[in-house]
Amino acid sequence: MSTAALTHAPDDNAHDDHHHDPGFWQKWVFSTDHKMIGIQYGTTGLAFLMFGFMLMMVMRWQLAHPGEAVPYIGGLLQAIFGSSAFQPDAKGIPGVLTADGYNSFGAMHGTIMVFFGIVPVAFAAFGNFVVPLQIGAIDMTFPRINMASFWCFFISCIFMCVSFFVPGGAAKSGWTSYPPLSGIADSGALNHFFMNGQTLWVTGMVFNITASLLGSVNFIATIIQLRAPGMTWMRLPFFVWAQFVTAFLLLLAFPPLEAAGVMQLMDRAFGTSFFMPTGLIVNGAATHWSGGGSPILWQHLFWFLAHPEVYVLILPGIGMVAEIIACNTRKPLYGYKAMVGAIFVLGFLSFIVWAHHMYMTGMGAKVSGFFQVTTVMISVPSVILVTALMLSLWGGSIRFTMPMLFATAFLPMFGIGGLTGIPLAFNAVDLYLHDTYYVIGHFHYVVAPGTIFAIFAGVYHWYPKATGRMLNEFLGRLHFWGSLIFINGIFFPMFLQGMAGVHRRWFDGGVTYEQIIKPVIHWNNFMSVSAFLLGAAQIPFIINFCWSIWNGRKASDNPWDATTVEWDTPTPPPHGNFTKEITVHRGPYEYSVPGADKDFTPQTEAPKSDKAHLAAPLVAAPAH
Amino acid sequence: MFSINKALGILPNASEHGQAVDHLLELCHWFMAILFVGWSCYFLYTIFRFHKSRNPKASYHGVQSKASAHLEFTVVLVEAVLLLGFGLPLWGKRVTGDQFPAEADAVRVRAVGEQFAWNFHYAGADGVFGRVHTSFLSGSNPLGLDPSDPAGQDDVVSKNDLHLITGKPTVIDLTSKDVIHSFSLQHMRMCQDAIPGSKIPMWFRPIRGGEYEIVCAQLCGAGHYAMRAMMKVETQAEFDTWMKEQASLKPAAPAAVPAATEPAAH
Repeated sequence: MSTAALTHAPDDNAHDDHHHDPGFWQKWVFSTDHKMIGIQYGTTGLAFLMFGFMLMMVMRWQLAHPGEAVPYIGGLLQAIFGSSAFQPDAKGIPGVLTADGYNSFGAMHGTIMVFFGIVPVAFAAFGNFVVPLQIGAIDMTFPRINMASFWCFFISCIFMCVSFFVPGGAAKSGWTSYPPLSGIADSGALNHFFMNGQTLWVTGMVFNITASLLGSVNFIATIIQLRAPGMTWMRLPFFVWAQFVTAFLLLLAFPPLEAAGVMQLMDRAFGTSFFMPTGLIVNGAATHWSGGGSPILWQHLFWFLAHPEVYVLILPGIGMVAEIIACNTRKPLYGYKAMVGAIFVLGFLSFIVWAHHMYMTGMGAKVSGFFQVTTVMISVPSVILVTALMLSLWGGSIRFTMPMLFATAFLPMFGIGGLTGIPLAFNAVDLYLHDTYYVIGHFHYVVAPGTIFAIFAGVYHWYPKATGRMLNEFLGRLHFWGSLIFINGIFFPMFLQGMAGVHRRWFDGGVTYEQIIKPVIHWNNFMSVSAFLLGAAQIPFIINFCWSIWNGRKASDNPWDATTVEWDTPTPPPHGNFTKEITVHRGPYEYSVPGADKDFTPQTEAPKSDKAHLAAPLVAAPAH
Repeated sequence: MFSINKALGILPNASEHGQAVDHLLELCHWFMAILFVGWSCYFLYTIFRFHKSRNPKASYHGVQSKASAHLEFTVVLVEAVLLLGFGLPLWGKRVTGDQFPAEADAVRVRAVGEQFAWNFHYAGADGVFGRVHTSFLSGSNPLGLDPSDPAGQDDVVSKNDLHLITGKPTVIDLTSKDVIHSFSLQHMRMCQDAIPGSKIPMWFRPIRGGEYEIVCAQLCGAGHYAMRAMMKVETQAEFDTWMKEQASLKPAAPAAVPAATEPAAH
């Protein structure tokens, strides 16, 4: 394999890269270095996670205090987001969220959290930074495509941000953007044909999807082509496997949504009617669409992506948690092979469960039977993954470092998220629970204290490698305990509200539905207060993250005594990553090997008996 | 008997098949609770027992027992039972054509969603729905009934006010004029999307009288949160009285009926 030989000869190409000083713009902005691109994706994504959460805090204020102006910052919000999103209250105090503003914030919260927060951080940032290091590559296979991916993503961010400031405000038809609503929204005579919330949303999504596709091709090529000599498939760290499957999910699931996005753009801007049925009467008047389209077609195309997307959100998280658990229990993962098998099964099944999001669209017994069976089947590999991670703890010598705290908390939180999916898999139960807060609680447990905790674990784990400094332990613990308590304060009551029949997207907190909301309305305030406190609990993290870049305790090259290859580089790794030849001799989690002189045996450490051979020049063997 | 559903605050059930839905949900909740409690006990014990202060030297081999394989197998088995024994048959009964009640025995209603209200259409005394077409739509004719169709003369149309009969099966044909709505009768354990361009039937048998809220369960615009309708389940006599009242209220002049679409509150 010539590529491998080429890229693992630091004396030639890579060495040249070392001495070449790229200059400010190429080093910090238009970088082709996978680590810088990872950091760019990471900081942008974390900023969007914060922004998406702030949108939700404003919504939570409205839910707990319907019709009251947002305190302290109401005037500022109204000045920023304009009169379509905020209005003065009866006394003239500015900053009351409008129904359109609420729907807009809700749609953008979902879009931003999924496509601009978690995927960029969990997949693109950690994938870019960690994967090439873990497989012993000097960069991604296509560094320029990698840069194109980030800048494509950056353009999509601009579209989404700009959309808040056009007349009418940002997209307001849910993060799912179901037509005909999304066709009708922002499309009257008063709206610009392009500079309106929904059209900008669709355009931004097309760019975002393109960025993900460019990234996923690169990940697949890199993992197949650029593994260091000796890094066989079954010696890959589990995180790399998770990223590998994730990249395939993105590559195969996103194109249908990209096509659908372009079709919706055509419906909106050029009057086609791919998703517009015949005879639409809006506000008593016929619409301009000729009809003949199918609104359900959009749902199929959307969920054909958006269900695999769920696993795009969670698999990198599980991968990070697996790395961190192995390292901090000081023992190998339990059932590494079964876990690898499980994520492949999971990846495959995730393509044939999408219509369980559409149970209430009017499904016959056979079709719904198929999707119920596949949905229940997908719980099996999920259970295998959780069980393997749980069993990995047994027999360990667990040290609760900051990454380990978050990774440990991930397990029961993800467990709650997974278990509450069981009733929702059944079509008949959805007759009652469809679109209630039970569903909201379910997927937020998977993604918020699930994936986001995994992301935090990953940040604490790899921050020293990226910056050369440790994050502060005290601030970290403050961040962890605050987050753990308050995130449950938000999401657990959702199951109670959902069981009581409270539906999502009620802008007034449910006051209109007096019969249903009465027994559970008090939770609104409890959940909102928890959300604000969860916001407060992120302050130590933000301070820690910024302050430690320059002032944190200096980190050694391998501060966690970990075995995987990314710790065998200088800290932070230079351009070209490795200062020596990398050859892999063993599996990824050789902790506490009986008879070894220390409790971890790095993948790159030559076996004792082979030490004599080290002097001889190494021939780069093809990686299998 | 203790019920997890009740402890979690489920709404009282008011339909025949709702008991089966609740039963399946109850089984799921027990299954989840057992798994969660079991896992939690194991988890809490493990992170206590294998803390590095109590177990300074990790075991390279870890768990040797095959208990987890039995657990996986049990999970698969329970899920298969829930699916084949309960989930699939239950849904089949709701949607398979030959399970629908005969037209003559049922209360038949057309429900038409619009931003932001539900229109209900009863066939009236003759039992035949009048012809509808969008060209007849107006503020006073929210369903577009053809004024020249004799079958439509006795039809009853109401807004946000659904009347049903206790114990009598109900068939509702659902559609929408503008965007997708979802017709959710939580007390009846029924839900179905109302999709423009499609007519989708749903059926159930109310078994308990009372007044219940009807929820729009699909985001449909600025007024979505307030798209609330009421369902009154009453005796045959009460239903007949209401029907007569509605028929007599039928306006001679179109102007007497409120406008078809009201702008969103706020």
